[in-house]
Parts: sequence; structure tokens; C-alpha cells
Amino acid sequence: MIVFLSVIGAMMVAAALVALYSKDIVGSIVAAGVVSLFASLLYLVYGAPDVAMTEAAIGSALTTVVFLFAWSRIREMEKNPSDEEGKR
Amino acid sequence: MIKRLLALALVLVVAFLVFPLFAQMDERAEVGALAAAYLSDGPALLGAANLVTAVVVTYRGLDTLGEVTVLFAASAGISLVFGTLGRGTRSADAKNRDDSRSTGRQPPSELVETGAALLVPLIFLFGVFVFVHGHLTPGGGFQGGVVIASGVLFAFLAGTLHHAPHRLLGVLEIVSGAGYVAIGLLGVWLALGFLDPRFLPLGEIGRLFSGGAIPVIYVLVGVKVGAELSGVIDAMRQRSES
Repeated sequence: MIVFLSVIGAMMVAAALVALYSKDIVGSIVAAGVVSLFASLLYLVYGAPDVAMTEAAIGSALTTVVFLFAWSRIREMEKNPSDEEGKR
Repeated sequence: MIKRLLALALVLVVAFLVFPLFAQMDERAEVGALAAAYLSDGPALLGAANLVTAVVVTYRGLDTLGEVTVLFAASAGISLVFGTLGRGTRSADAKNRDDSRSTGRQPPSELVETGAALLVPLIFLFGVFVFVHGHLTPGGGFQGGVVIASGVLFAFLAGTLHHAPHRLLGVLEIVSGAGYVAIGLLGVWLALGFLDPRFLPLGEIGRLFSGGAIPVIYVLVGVKVGAELSGVIDAMRQRSES
């Protein structure tokens, strides 16, 4: 059991490092979602299924998607800076 | 270099301060007085088989109402900011440019479309199951609402849903939010206090219709969270049809 938990914890740390140091923004966002997914697994193992469901659904699914949407919008704005000026 | 050393020193200081917490941490054999009261009273007085729900909806019901309010404020802010941004980009100029230059967005493949047609109803059904059974099984209003919102997201990605039904989402939010507060007030009049669910019959523990007003509150929370997060997703996503 302790080995399993340690492996999950180590993978969380590894995914967090990838999220911090990866040059690829999309990869970073997905890695941040992976941290959440492992966290929800930990909650489940420790007997908190309610928290695990929230973490999996919000932390790893919705947050990732919202970040991806935001990133695609930012790239779109960088491509067409005139759009941004038109809004002000 | 100095900066790095300072950062390292700061980390060491924090570690030194936090270490006693870890050193003293051991597994407690028995629960505290408050938790013991919840454990005995939750099922007996409230009829909630899932104790977490009894705490979240009743004992800490006001906190849950506050969370719903915070979520409402956040989603309203996002819709305000991104709604106006979206309208700004949809000028004729940008439209022409979008048409001339391929945006790199491919239409969803047939596999995705067919999969969405099969899965989206199931996802919705699962979300409804999660919040209707909140007082019996793990999960509840928030989780169920998020599951429903992810179903909406899937429908957007697969192209089965193009425009969010803004009017419907608004009506759902208003009705569920007002209903939540109304049930809280009913608790004041008919039972012991605000958000007391015991003005409805408790029923037999473990049945679907049990736990007083807890399932009703969770259904309202689920509908509200689902509608709000769907609105957030709709506001954030790029208008592919613009």
C-alpha cells in the first residue's frame, strides 16, 4: 500500500515539474491536469470518494479545458492583434 | 545567485516551521466530539445514508449556499467579460479574415460525432443520477453539475450543439438559485432553522425518497452548477461559426 501511494505521489511531483518546466504550453496544461487526476486517485484511496469526484471532474477535466480554451484565445489574439484593439 | 540563495533559505525556514506538524502527526484512533456527534446524529436525525451529504447540505448548509453564490458570481463575471470580447471579434473584418485564412480548426470527424450522439445522453443521465442520489452514494450537486457541464462540453466539441440555449440556462439558474433559498426559508418556518431539511418526511434511510429536503436541495444545486458551468464553457470557447 505504502509503495502504491509513494508511486502516485512521485508521479504527481513529476507531472507538476513537467507542468512547470515544459516549453510546450499545451503539454504543461495537460500535465497540470494529470496532477489533479493523481490527487483524486489519492483521495479515493484514502476513503474520500466525494472529494475525489470533485477533484477529478473539476480539477482535471474542466480546469484543463478552460485553460486550453484560454490558451487558444490568446494565440488567436497574438495572430490578429487588430481584433484586440478593436475591442477597447 | 543571491536571489537563489535567498529562495533556498526561505524554503528551509518554511520547512523548519512546518516540520513539527509532520513530526507530531499520527493516526487518531477515535474521532473528535463534533465528528462523533455528526456520525451518530447524521443518519438518525437527518436520514442521510451518505454522511458527507448530511454535513455539506445541513450542518454546513450555509457554507454550501455561499459556495453556490461564489460560483454564480464567477460565472456571471466570465460571461460578462468573454461575452463582450466574443462580440468584439465577430466584426465583419474578422469574419472575412477567418474565411480567407484557414483557422486550423478541423470539423469533428464522424467517429467523434457518432460517439457524442451515443455518449452525451449517457453523461447527462449519469450527472442526474449523481445529484439525485447525493444523499445515498458519494457525490452530490456539485459533482453531478460538473458531469452535466462536461457533457455539454462534449456536445460543443463534437459539433452537435452549436449555440448554447442562453435563455434556458438563465431560467434554470434563476429557478434553482431562488428555489434553494426558498427551501432554506421553509426550513426556518416549518423546522428548526435556515436550511433545516426536516420539514419533509425523513422516510426510510437508504431509500431514494428519504432525508427530508436534502435530495431536493441537491437537485437544485446540481441544476444550478450544471447551468453555470455550461455558461462558463460557452463563454470561454472560441466561436468556430463566427
